[in-house]
Amino acid sequence: MPRIVVDPVTRIEGHLRVEAQVEGGAIADAWSSGTMFRGIEIILRGRDPREAWIWTQRICGVCTTVHALTSVRAVEDALGIEVPDNARIIRNLIAGTQLVQDHVIHFYHLHALDWVDVTLALKADPGKTSQLAESISTWPKSSRNYFKAVQDRVKKLVDSGQLSLFASGYWGHPAYHLPPEANLLAVAHYIEALEFQREFIRIHSVLGGKNPHLQTYLVGGMASSMDANEPGATINTERITQLRELARSARSFVEQVYVPDVLAVAGFYKDWFGRGEGLGNFLAYGCYPMGSIKDHAKFFLPRGIVLNRDLTQVHPVDPANIAEYVSHSWYEYSGGDAQSKHPFDGETNPKYSGPRPPFQQLDTEKKYSWLKSPRYQDQPMEVGPLARMVVAYASGHQEVRTLVDGVLAKLGAPPAALFSTLGRVAARAIETALMARHLEGWVNELDDRMSHGDVRIHDGRLWDPASWPREARGFGTHEAPRGALGHWIEIEDKAIKNYQAVVPTTWNAGPRDAKGQRGAYEAALLKTPVADGERPLELLRTIHSFDPCLACAVHVADARGNTLAHLQVD
Amino acid sequence: MLSQFETLPDALRSRGVRRRQFLKFCSAMVATLALPDRYFGQVVAALEARKRPVLVWLEFQDCAGNTESMLRSGHPTVAETVLELLSWEYHETIMAGAGKQAEAVLDRMVKEHRGEYLAVVEGSIPMGDGGVYCTIGGRTALDIARGVCGAAKATIAVGACAWDGGLVAARPNPTGAVGLEEAVPSVPVVNLGGCPHNPANTAAVLVHYLTFGEMPALDQYNRPLFAYGKLIHDQCERRAHFDAGRFVQDWGDEGHRKGWCLYKMGCKGPEATFNCPSVRWNDGTSWPVKAGHGCLGCASHRFWDTRSPFYERLPHVAGFGVDVPATSIGMGLAGVVTAATVAHAVGSAVRAKVRPEEPEPPSGEGAGQGPAGA
Repeated sequence: MPRIVVDPVTRIEGHLRVEAQVEGGAIADAWSSGTMFRGIEIILRGRDPREAWIWTQRICGVCTTVHALTSVRAVEDALGIEVPDNARIIRNLIAGTQLVQDHVIHFYHLHALDWVDVTLALKADPGKTSQLAESISTWPKSSRNYFKAVQDRVKKLVDSGQLSLFASGYWGHPAYHLPPEANLLAVAHYIEALEFQREFIRIHSVLGGKNPHLQTYLVGGMASSMDANEPGATINTERITQLRELARSARSFVEQVYVPDVLAVAGFYKDWFGRGEGLGNFLAYGCYPMGSIKDHAKFFLPRGIVLNRDLTQVHPVDPANIAEYVSHSWYEYSGGDAQSKHPFDGETNPKYSGPRPPFQQLDTEKKYSWLKSPRYQDQPMEVGPLARMVVAYASGHQEVRTLVDGVLAKLGAPPAALFSTLGRVAARAIETALMARHLEGWVNELDDRMSHGDVRIHDGRLWDPASWPREARGFGTHEAPRGALGHWIEIEDKAIKNYQAVVPTTWNAGPRDAKGQRGAYEAALLKTPVADGERPLELLRTIHSFDPCLACAVHVADARGNTLAHLQVD
Repeated sequence: MLSQFETLPDALRSRGVRRRQFLKFCSAMVATLALPDRYFGQVVAALEARKRPVLVWLEFQDCAGNTESMLRSGHPTVAETVLELLSWEYHETIMAGAGKQAEAVLDRMVKEHRGEYLAVVEGSIPMGDGGVYCTIGGRTALDIARGVCGAAKATIAVGACAWDGGLVAARPNPTGAVGLEEAVPSVPVVNLGGCPHNPANTAAVLVHYLTFGEMPALDQYNRPLFAYGKLIHDQCERRAHFDAGRFVQDWGDEGHRKGWCLYKMGCKGPEATFNCPSVRWNDGTSWPVKAGHGCLGCASHRFWDTRSPFYERLPHVAGFGVDVPATSIGMGLAGVVTAATVAHAVGSAVRAKVRPEEPEPPSGEGAGQGPAGA
C-alpha cells in the first residue's frame, strides 16, 4: 500500500501536511497534520483584555478581523457589555465584507487551479470563449478581443519559460475536464478577481485604516467615529457614498462573475457531487446579530446542528457541550489523554513526540498533529459555509432555501448533493451571493441612523479596568468564512488569566480523537480517487473545498497557568 | 540562464500596456522611494533592460498577513508583479503546485540558480526544541531558511515576525521564535517591519534593487530609511490638533468625530517611525490614525512588548523632549506648545548624535530616528 504524502499542502493558509493510504486507485485512509505552532494564547496571559483583539487578530492574516471580532465579543460577554447599534452594524459590515472577499479569493486563487488547467487556455478560441461568457453572464468584459489579450498574456508567460506561480502545477492531469474555452474564461477571471479583491477590500481600509489587520475594534464598540458633516470623522456622508459604491461593486462581481463561473465549472465536474462527503454532521454558531448579541433567533444566519445529513431536524447548540481531545495531538493532559476538556477547563502541555526533522513520514498510529480535536457531545462536526447553508436550509431560512434550490436546479442535483466536495464549493458561492446582497443595506442603515443624529459608536462605561469585577469570564462566537469560531476568556485582576480559541479549521482538520473518530478532512478524503499518486490532484480538490486555515487551527491554552515544558526530541 | 527571458516592457506591451502607463508606474516608484526626479530615467532604463528575476517567498511561523498585504498591492498590482515584473516561483499560499512539486522548485533554485534569485521571508523561525514548532516537507524552518536564503542573491524579511520574531517572540516566547537575521546571521537581510508590511514599500525596495543593483539606504535595523526614517507623529494629519492641545478624551466624543489627536487614547505615533501617514494602506485609501484608532507602533522594534499596553498613554512625548510631562499636555498652553515644537527639532538633532550603534530594543527608537536619521 503506497502512502502519499503532500507537504506542504499549498494554496491554503498555513502549514498543512496530509498523508494518505491509497488502495485500488482510491484513498483508503488519511491523516491530517498541522505542522506549525506559535502559542499565542500563552503569550496573551497577563495582558490587558482590552487589547486581546489586537493580538488574536494575528492568529490569521487571511481571515483577518474574525479573531478580533470574536475576541471583543468574548471580553464584552465577560463584562456584560452590549455595544451600541452603530457598532454592531459596522462590525457586521466589516465581517460581511471579509466573508465576500475571502470567498472570492478562495475560489479563484486557492481552489480554481484544482479544476482549471491554465495551459489549456492557450488552445481556446477567444471568439468561442466570448460566446461562452455571454451565454452565462451579462458581465461586460466578454469580448473576443478581451479574451484574446488574456490569452496572449498567458502565451507570453509560457513562452518566456518562466511560469511564475504556475510553474509547478499538475497541468495535463487526466482529472481536468474543462474545455479550453472554460479554462481561458477562468484564467481571465482569476486575474480580474485579483483586481476585485484589492479594490473591494478598501471598505476595511475606510472603516479600519488598513487590511489585513484592521485597527478599529474596541471593547464596548468601534473606533470608527461617525458624523455626517465632519471631514475628520471615520464615517461621514462622503465615506458612506464610497462604502455604498464598493458594496455595489461586490454584488455585481459576485452575481455576474463568481456565481456563473462556479455553475459553469461545476457543470463539468458533477461526479464531484458524489465525492468527499465526510462526516455528515454540521455545526453553525450562527452570526450577524440583527439586534442584541444574545438574541440568537434574530441572527442573519441561524445557529444549529444538523446530524447525519438529516435536513428535517435542527438541533440546538449549547457551547457547554464543546470539548477538545489531544489523543493524537502533540500535547498531554494531566489526567490522561483519553478524556476531553471544555475550553474553560482547557489545559495544554505541548509535548512533541513526532519524528525528528528532517523526516519522511509521521507515525500516525500515535500523535501526529499540532491541532487538537474538538468534538460536540463527543461527535466530530464539519463547520464552514456548507454547514451554515445546511443549517439555514434545514431551519427554513427562506432566502437561503431559494438560493440553494436555484443552484441545485441549474445543476440538476438533489439537496443530498450538497454533502460533497462540490457541495462545499457551491455552498460557499451561494453564501457569498447572499452576503453581497445585504452589504449595501447595512451601509444604508448606518447612513440612516447617522442622518437621524445617532452617532454613538462606543459604550465607555466599563472602559476603565478599575470598574471591572476582580474575576470574570465569558466567550464570544462568530461565523468566520471557514466556520464556527469561538473565543473563551478568563479575566482576573484586570488581566488575561486564560485565553482559548476553538477555531473552524481545528474542527475540520483536527486529527483522530480518543475513540479513533476521524475529523472532517480525514473522513472526506475516504474513497477519493487518485489517478496518479505522484500528482494527487483529487486529494487537493477535497482538502481545498474546506478552505484550510492552519495558522488559525493551531492554538494552545493552559488554564492552570503552567509554563511550557521544554521538549525532548530524540 | 536569464537571457532567454523577456524584458519587462516586452511583457507589458504583450498585454497591451502602453508606454505611458509603464512610465506612470516608474514615476510612482520614484516618488515612493523619495528619489530625486533625475533618477526617473534610470528607473525606466533599468526596468526596460532587466530580464524577469526570480523570486521565492518563504512562510514560516506566520499568519499569511504579509502575503495578503502583498495581494493588496496597487502599484504595481500583484498580477503585474507576479506575471510581468518578476517570476514568482515559490509561494505556498498562492502557488499552483503542492507537496513534491512545490519542494522541487526550492531544490532547483538552490542547486541551479544559486546567487540569482530574490528571497522574501514571512514569519518567525522557532529555535526552540530542535525546530519542531515549524516544519515544511518534514524540514525545519531554520533548515529551509539557511538553505534557500543562503543561496539567494538578496533577502528581504517582510513583517514584524520575520524581522525580529514579532508576536510569536513576544513574552514568554514559547517556541523560541526569532527573526530571520538572528536565525541566519550569515545572510544580509533587508527588514521591512510592520504588521503587516506595507506592499508599497516592498514594491519600492524591489524596484530600487532592480534599478540600481543594490538595496536602498538602510538604518541601524537594516530597514530602508525612505520608509522608516521619520516619526509618524511628524507626518500625522492630526498633528495640528496635538500642537493646539485638542485631544480625543473618550471614544466617539466630539473630538473623535472631528478627527482630533489620539495621543490620550494611547496612540504610539510620537514614538514610532514609519511612512504610514504618507503612503497609507490599500492603495492610499487610509491608515489607522485617519480611521480613528491610535497607532500601535507596529513598525517599531519588538513592538508587541515595547509598545504595549496599547491603550496606555505614552509617558513622554518624543516631540516635547524631557521637559514637558504628559500631564501638562493638552492644557491649552499654546505658548508652551509652540516653544516645545521648536525644541523638538533641536532635540531630535541632538539625540540623533547619541543614537546607539547597536540595536537597542525598548523605546530608544523614536528618539534615535528623528529628521536627522533620514
